[in-house]
Amino acid sequence: MNTIIKPDNAAQVLDAVAWAVVAETPLEVVGGGSKRAIGRPVNAGHTLDLSALTGITLYEAEELVLSAGPGTPLANIHAALAEQRQELAFEPPDYGSLLNGEPGAGTIGGAVSANLAGPRRLKVGAARDHFLGFDAVSGRGEAFKSGGRVVKNVTGYDLSKVMAGSWGTLGALTSVTLKVLPMAEKVRTILVLGCDAATGVAAMTKALQMPYEVSGAAWLPDSLAKISNVSYVRGAGAAVAGIRVEGPGPSVEYRCAKLREQLATFGEIEELHGHNSGTFWREVRDVTPFAQPGDDRIVWKISVPPQNGATAAAALTEMLQSEAYLDWAGGLIWLAFPVENATDGAHEVVRDVIAACGGHATLIRANVALRAKVPVFQPQAAGVQALSRRLKESFDPLGVLNVGRMTVGM
Amino acid sequence: MEMPKPDQNVIARRVEIATALQEIVPGEGVIVDEDELRPYESDGLTAYRQLPLIVVLPETTEQVAEVLRYCHANGVKVVPRGAGTSLSGGALPLADGVILGLGKFKKIIEIDYDNRCAVVQPGVTNLGITDAVRDLGFYYAPDPSSQIACTIGGNIAENSGGIHSLKYGMTTNNVLGLELVMIDGEIIRIGGKHLDSDGYDLLGLLTGSEGLLGVVTEVTVRILRAPETARALLIGFPSNEAAGACVARVIGSGIIPGGMEMMDRPAIKAAEAFVQAGYPLDVEALLIIELDGPEIEVDYLIGEVERIAGENAAVSIRISESEDERVSFWAGRKAAFPAIGRLSPDYYCMDGTIPRGRLPEVLSRMAELSTQYGLRVANVFHAGDGNLHPLILYDANIPGELDSAEAFGSDILRLCVEVGGVLTGEHGVGVEKRDLMSAMFTEDDLKQQQRVKCAFDPSSLLNPGKVFPQLHRCAELGRVHIHKGKTRFPDLPRF
Ligand SMILES: Cc1cc2nc3c(=O)[nH]c(=O)nc-3n(C[C@H](O)[C@H](O)[C@H](O)COP(=O)(O)OP(=O)(O)OC[C@H]3O[C@@H](n4cnc5c(N)ncnc54)[C@H](O)[C@@H]3O)c2cc1C
Repeated sequence: MNTIIKPDNAAQVLDAVAWAVVAETPLEVVGGGSKRAIGRPVNAGHTLDLSALTGITLYEAEELVLSAGPGTPLANIHAALAEQRQELAFEPPDYGSLLNGEPGAGTIGGAVSANLAGPRRLKVGAARDHFLGFDAVSGRGEAFKSGGRVVKNVTGYDLSKVMAGSWGTLGALTSVTLKVLPMAEKVRTILVLGCDAATGVAAMTKALQMPYEVSGAAWLPDSLAKISNVSYVRGAGAAVAGIRVEGPGPSVEYRCAKLREQLATFGEIEELHGHNSGTFWREVRDVTPFAQPGDDRIVWKISVPPQNGATAAAALTEMLQSEAYLDWAGGLIWLAFPVENATDGAHEVVRDVIAACGGHATLIRANVALRAKVPVFQPQAAGVQALSRRLKESFDPLGVLNVGRMTVGM
Repeated sequence: MEMPKPDQNVIARRVEIATALQEIVPGEGVIVDEDELRPYESDGLTAYRQLPLIVVLPETTEQVAEVLRYCHANGVKVVPRGAGTSLSGGALPLADGVILGLGKFKKIIEIDYDNRCAVVQPGVTNLGITDAVRDLGFYYAPDPSSQIACTIGGNIAENSGGIHSLKYGMTTNNVLGLELVMIDGEIIRIGGKHLDSDGYDLLGLLTGSEGLLGVVTEVTVRILRAPETARALLIGFPSNEAAGACVARVIGSGIIPGGMEMMDRPAIKAAEAFVQAGYPLDVEALLIIELDGPEIEVDYLIGEVERIAGENAAVSIRISESEDERVSFWAGRKAAFPAIGRLSPDYYCMDGTIPRGRLPEVLSRMAELSTQYGLRVANVFHAGDGNLHPLILYDANIPGELDSAEAFGSDILRLCVEVGGVLTGEHGVGVEKRDLMSAMFTEDDLKQQQRVKCAFDPSSLLNPGKVFPQLHRCAELGRVHIHKGKTRFPDLPRF
């Protein structure tokens, strides 16, 4: 019997998990299902669908706090925040187009569980940095909570951090509370045209070493700049580094002027205003360069020290005849290549290349057979792996919740 | 405050343990004489004192690993210690436990300006990091008031914050990597110079874990380019309500200041009497709001905040016109603790957080409690993020006053929880708030946290007696309780 259990409220989630504990039946935990194609396939007889736990239960703009059911669509949250000119500052990406051609299906619970972050990661952090507290049901069939609704809180262990990025393997969230922030009044983007990856990283590094509060720094090769919806980028006829500046109007103008001056040695400079900036950073955030219709290449998301971004990307591009672009000032490599180039997803090649500099690689787009076969998340050193396993057991000793999503048996 | 009963067997083996530790850390690294143990008998929470069994001061990660391996194998408890400035008794020794001091881990290992991070040993002071990168205009953002003394290892353990945390985050938002020694001596590395975790976010879990999960022996932190300039406003209000409303309006209008601090009337008076900062004495509440960034931005935002303050009944507004003047605005706030210390033989510093909107209500109930207990209280407040520091004045020489002060403090913290806040915003639970944990958490909440502890330290040898009101054995915590009546398939919507 393969059924979908779809509780309406926290008490029903507790019932469902408590039943699964007794029946020793694993559950696949899903929200909107928008990221179901990330991670190892979970072989569970039953699905615990949290998408009916919706609704914003608390939003106090002046206190910068919002609570919602985990199934609340991100779209609803963005809309409610936009009315007060606020936002989720970590810019949760929408991988819908990248994964299955269906954007707009993400939920807040999913964004937190996957610990997502957009280009602003380098300035304000990821979902984990904005996740203040939660209610959940553990794999023991017990309701528990951690954190609260205030930003400054060190009462007990910060379990919000481990829940963020645990892909539903530690607990089924029943309510989440996040810190929200004001939207910037003005956004501009400085484009440096015609720089290769290494020069691009050098330009981005220089920008971040100046006191201009850069809130995004990405580099696209010529081949990917060409398919941007931003005409300046599309028409550049060259690789492009983008550097984003946000804030009050006069400040943004001043900082842009300074950056133009300082970055002129790296290439020709262009400037994107609000609308084009919005499009450009959305493309970078949502991996639009690899989400074109018909593109079914393997996609890796690779986190490295920023200074290693260009060299690692160059090595991988050459070995795998792949395409790559950089976000987080070089710290994030998005890599795509046809599966024919490496039927094992090149997981060893990718991980060998970053082994020397440190970091981790996640296989984001691949068919289910490949995701079952190769490590989707970075294999960890033995000690860390053993610790993570004990942590999993402390929340879910019988292996009821999303077992195998991140690592075999976990 | 009851600590776990000392194990007499361990105490009886003191000489043997000291000898074994001396073999691991030769030279001056092991302290056994009572005179020399004395400085370690308490931390910043001086109401609690206990001489440790032995103090060991290793110099290398391998020595830390050896010490822990020995203690683990021999059932000896370990209390890690940085500078000993904890205000919650996190580093309070145990009669049957070894203090593992990280005071000799003082090296700055690497400064990597291109990756914008610094790799340091845990005994480096918070300010020491900023001092090391100041030349090129960088700094380490979280700035606890104790930053001259407290160590980055202690900051990790307590997830410390400061005035800048409103805009730049707490410790947890500024750490990239750790080297950690587990209780059994295993050395692991978490994170590095890259962003995000490759699995469960152990870095986030360890930050704020109060020395209960492992001993930190190396830290990688983010460093930031310092803003071009900073200016501050000093704003007086006729009531706490008006000051609170002004804070809400500043944030509501989209401004996140570099710092936003509030003082109530008793705190203003004490600070002014102590440092003559030029604070107005005819106001009920004072806000110091600092804006940082490029000059043009700061000037613009100063104007905005000035306008908002005017609309919110401000009775006096001063704007700093020079760096000296900005520093003078802060002088009173920074000296608030010692200033209040002059009014009374002893004071007790509390640390709750509340939803900001509840401030007026919390302050007026605190005034009622003050009358009830017959003890004065002054408030300094990280207003931007709702973190209150009530300072309770008492005299430990008057029998019963310490107990009253503690009872008063507990009532304040319960009040914080009651209005939707928490027991501690930055000082940690330690021994101080341990027995209040159940005001905020259910039995199941606390058990889950203790299971996490068991995943790191199953024999509960690391800093026991802190954070958790009740100790459960890991074996007992690990058991799964089968809920009767749940054997039926739940009666839920299904498809
Ligand atoms: C005057 C004064 C002002 C203060 N102001 C602030 C403030 O503004 N903001 C704030 O957040 N705090 C403040 N504090 C509290 C205190 O300074 C912080 O909690 C600080 O982080 C403690 O650091 P420490 O090195 O003194 O740690 P210690 O007091 O030595 O230890 C604190 C805890 O950390 C653990 N620990 C220490 N080092 C390690 C390590 N290497 N590995 C594992 N565990 C370790 C200890 O076991 C203990 O539980 C203040 C304290 C004082 C006295």
